[in-house]
Amino acid sequence: MSFGQLPYDVAHLLGGGVLLFSFVLLYQRRIGAVINAFATQGTLLAIAAAWQGYVQGAPGLYVTAVLALAAKGVLIPLALHAIVRRLDLHRTVETALGIGPSLVAGVGLVGLAILVVLPATEGARALAREDLALALSVVLLGMLMMITRRNAISQVIGLLSLENGLILAAIGVAGMPLVVELSTAALVLMVAVVAGVFAFQIRERFDTLDTGSLEEHRGERR
Amino acid sequence: MAVVWGILAQILHLALILAAAPALTGVVRWLKARMMGRQGPHPLQPLRDLVKLLRKRPVLAENASAVSRAAPYVAVGAAVAAAALVPSFARGMAFAPLADLILVAGLLALGRVAMALAGMDVGTPFGGLGAAREMSFAALAEPALVVAALTLAILAASTNLDAIAGAVRDGGLGLRVSLGLALVALLAVAVAENARIPVDNPATHLELTMVHEAMILEASGRHLALWDYAAMLRLTLWLALLAAVFLPLGLAPPGAAPHHWILGLLAWGVKMAGLALALAAFESAIAKMRVFRVPEFLGAALLLGLLGAIFLFVSTGLT
Amino acid sequence: MLTALALLVATLAALGFAGLALARRPAGARLLHGACAVAGFALVAGGVAGLLGGPQTIDLPFGPPWGPARLALDPLSSWFLLPLGIAVACASLFALGGIHGTVPARELVPWPLFIAGMALTVLSADGFTLLLGFEAMSLASWALVAHDHAQAENRRAARIYLGFAGFGGLTLILAIGLLAGGAGDVAFAVLREAPPEGLRAIGVLLLVLAGTGSKAGLAPLHVWLPLAHPAAPSHVSAVMSGAMTKVALYILARFAFDLMGPAQPFWMGAPLIALGAASAVIGALRANLEDDTKTLLACSTIENVGLIAMGLGLALAFRGSDLTAMAALAAGAALLHALNHAVFKTLLFLAAGEVLHGALSRRLDRLGGLIHRMPWTAWAALVGTAAAASLPPLSGFASEWLLLQALLAGWRVGDLAFQMGVAAATALAALAAALAASAMVRFWGLAFLGRPRTPRAAGAEETGGAARIALLLPAGLTVLLGLAPGLMLDLAEPALRLMAGAAAPRAGSLAIGAAEGGARYWPLFVAALLAGAIGLAVWLVRRRAPAGVARGPAWDCGFIAAPPHLPFGDPATQPSAAGFGQPLRRMLGESLLAARESVTMPPPGDTRPALLRASHHDPVLAALEGPLPRWREAIATQAEKLRDLSIRQCLGLTFGAVVLMLALLAWLEAR
Repeated sequence: MSFGQLPYDVAHLLGGGVLLFSFVLLYQRRIGAVINAFATQGTLLAIAAAWQGYVQGAPGLYVTAVLALAAKGVLIPLALHAIVRRLDLHRTVETALGIGPSLVAGVGLVGLAILVVLPATEGARALAREDLALALSVVLLGMLMMITRRNAISQVIGLLSLENGLILAAIGVAGMPLVVELSTAALVLMVAVVAGVFAFQIRERFDTLDTGSLEEHRGERR
Repeated sequence: MAVVWGILAQILHLALILAAAPALTGVVRWLKARMMGRQGPHPLQPLRDLVKLLRKRPVLAENASAVSRAAPYVAVGAAVAAAALVPSFARGMAFAPLADLILVAGLLALGRVAMALAGMDVGTPFGGLGAAREMSFAALAEPALVVAALTLAILAASTNLDAIAGAVRDGGLGLRVSLGLALVALLAVAVAENARIPVDNPATHLELTMVHEAMILEASGRHLALWDYAAMLRLTLWLALLAAVFLPLGLAPPGAAPHHWILGLLAWGVKMAGLALALAAFESAIAKMRVFRVPEFLGAALLLGLLGAIFLFVSTGLT
Repeated sequence: MLTALALLVATLAALGFAGLALARRPAGARLLHGACAVAGFALVAGGVAGLLGGPQTIDLPFGPPWGPARLALDPLSSWFLLPLGIAVACASLFALGGIHGTVPARELVPWPLFIAGMALTVLSADGFTLLLGFEAMSLASWALVAHDHAQAENRRAARIYLGFAGFGGLTLILAIGLLAGGAGDVAFAVLREAPPEGLRAIGVLLLVLAGTGSKAGLAPLHVWLPLAHPAAPSHVSAVMSGAMTKVALYILARFAFDLMGPAQPFWMGAPLIALGAASAVIGALRANLEDDTKTLLACSTIENVGLIAMGLGLALAFRGSDLTAMAALAAGAALLHALNHAVFKTLLFLAAGEVLHGALSRRLDRLGGLIHRMPWTAWAALVGTAAAASLPPLSGFASEWLLLQALLAGWRVGDLAFQMGVAAATALAALAAALAASAMVRFWGLAFLGRPRTPRAAGAEETGGAARIALLLPAGLTVLLGLAPGLMLDLAEPALRLMAGAAAPRAGSLAIGAAEGGARYWPLFVAALLAGAIGLAVWLVRRRAPAGVARGPAWDCGFIAAPPHLPFGDPATQPSAAGFGQPLRRMLGESLLAARESVTMPPPGDTRPALLRASHHDPVLAALEGPLPRWREAIATQAEKLRDLSIRQCLGLTFGAVVLMLALLAWLEAR
């Protein structure tokens, strides 16, 4: 497959859209906008999965798509909005690294991902290689978001967007059994729940969601 | 025969752009007013304003130098020259070989510098403030434009706008992430260059936020008319540029006889109306951002353009 | 031709020593500067003749023990004679026009020696002569930087400059030694026969890069430029910026393209591109933050040197991947920009010198409104400013257009990591160009527009005479070079063939082109189009609008009226240099140059003015003045201990040294 063919083009574009929203997540300063961007990313991911299901003729992927849409596109964002409202959090994202530098670092990470994936997947189909590069970029950007944001909510969103990258990788590979995706999704959902509970706990104990305040209570303090 | 058609097309194009500029600005303002539930002035109001301003004698500060008097003509000249190069309804116009994207950027920079110097001429605080902000924002907008040009230049093997429009139209380039990212980058640059919301508000004189208006606060009479007209031309030019590069449908092929132009003219009208509507909707829906948030906005555009180029390298390396 | 040039160099050297006698009366100084101006034009003529004629070589009747000193005039050296000659001619004319009374010998004597050193460097055809010229150039310019040694900051500038010059000379000696290997003959013809490979090639490139970079002002060795240029007299800073940096780049091009042979891998260009991009951005950004006109212009020089280095690096990379036409395009961009920058930067430094002479200040915050008092200077400087801001149709735009086209073609090299790097470099080059435009608007707008900020600026006067010609000549050349870049590329073709092995893409004499069938830039047509559009606007407005203007007082944005002793209004109500740089300081300066600013706002009702304090530090200078002196201190303390040695121990040291030398000799002979 190459450019100019509709299946490839649309898959490519959707993958690029998911990546674009990873950058939007890094760019936003307001927590509400971050959650909305995350919801859009989840929806795009669901569309990408459905498209792959249609192209590959794999009905299992439709299930993935519905799950992604329901969980990532609707439920988790609603829950996060509710948390923000209930806890009456600061509406701004507290950053450890400025917006500009983290965007620059993000572009660097994408370049790194491409440099890693392309030589390692010599011989695979062009579509799969590009998808993998996109997916790894999304994963790395998720990690970047986790380490450059102080707020626990932002960190949870970073984790979830990281998982979006994993799903993006999984749906691009033809013949990947549904079990793998489901278990990955379940795993990350568990992590998210744990993180949510954790956030509540931090909030109750320290009256803030800034994870920096945890450091004062570590056993091995310097 | 193609040469004659080229020259005719060029003249028609220039007349069209020169005439469309005030109307387009008027339409955008009218649409915005409608979307916000106001009546809105007549779409031809900007044209009437220009005519009225032309009839007034300008008042200059006592210590204004020749720069204040010459700069508006330079700015309008640069805008007209740039607008003459961007294809509207047909490819292969007489100036098509000149129509280089980097040159267009250079001409826009010429207009910008003229405006910044005019702002500094009298030595009032606002002028200097506006000039400083304008030049600083351009420092990030220009690389974003060049990086978007990088993507287009690789796809079309040239930075010539005519060639780019042709390549996008007939090249079978398909939908590409790179093109999409370049579009996002160019849109951001266009918003910044035309002093639109969220970067600047074209309808305000609020001191803390203004950029473009601050530089021409001292201008009046025919000078103000020229500044306003240059801004209108720039808006038209940018919308035409976006239409020509990303929506080249309906462009008459080079050397085509005039009856092909009708379709091109119709398509151009529809495209410009659509872009005006999109601009008005975007401006109505979004809030002006803080001045020192603008660098982040433009920096993000620059990085997205860069990302588009990187993905293009990947896909050209794969096929 | 070459013989004549050799004689010219000898005459200049003799003139330098005659300067001791000439310094006694004003006529002598005039004679010396007039002769230097003539020498400048002769250098240009020699360069053009060298480009049109064939290469020549002569052996001088003297030289080091191992062979005669050798001079050569080939296309590459001929091309670099052009910026050198133009800068020297204009600067000497300017100095000629500025003479009132006697000139001290310490200012007069080094000037011809400086010119002779630069010319000798460019003409040299063996390592020894090259180093001789390089050191003469360094020492003479150091003497000129140190001429006003009464001030502590000038002494500091001269000290740092001397350190960098010494470092540059040392690394060049090492580079030539490494290139020659064990052969011992350092004639270029011999070096060319045995091009280095692998690690040795990398070593040579890095040493040359360090040596020439420290002279040309490539980051991170750029810190001396903003210090030394304000300290030197204006005509000297013009030549240091316009010509001396180009001579350093010439040495770089000579080694990288000629002596190291064409069979180098493409990634040899990568360090040049990276360092060039870093210099371009740092230089252009600093130019937006400095408030001294000459420092600002020196920073802009760093930016332009970076752009030229990027062109050279791209040419190396293209040549390494057998894209010779592209290599010629990039090399053409570098050569053209070297010439264009030499002309407009000479112009700008001379204009800054004229401003210093007329308004007695280099600080932007003490100038303003000079366009009324110094119209010739102002309009000439505007031409240079617009070229430095790379506005069409002037010269800076033409060469930066070529450079951008070369950068946009960088993806053809094929290696993915390199492609990404070039894409980033493209963004940085465009960023630097736009930052330079901002810096130039700031420079010209604050110095020449607005209201006078001091009484001295209000009473500024122009010199006229030769100094005015010295401004108008480069201004005219800037326009001409902008309109005819195609002709200049045709002239440079032999040099491009030498560097890249091919001619630049042909686009006719009126245009420059990116590739066969690619984008074109027709400066003459663009100028005509602009003139037509402006003419149309003027004509239409004239027909409709009433003529003339009414004059009224400037609206002062709500500030209270200035007291009567301030007839031009309160200078504090004008934008200041620090204020104009504020957006960029906040956007980029805080992270790149450790810029800080603080605003002291008095409480309401207090009549004290609000104060904006801004500062920035070049990280390299901070490192240089931090750890390095500490290491030097430590070494010095160790060395101090040697003083306390007994006579026996001193003799022992000498004896040890002799034995060590003998052992070294024995080892060398055994090999």
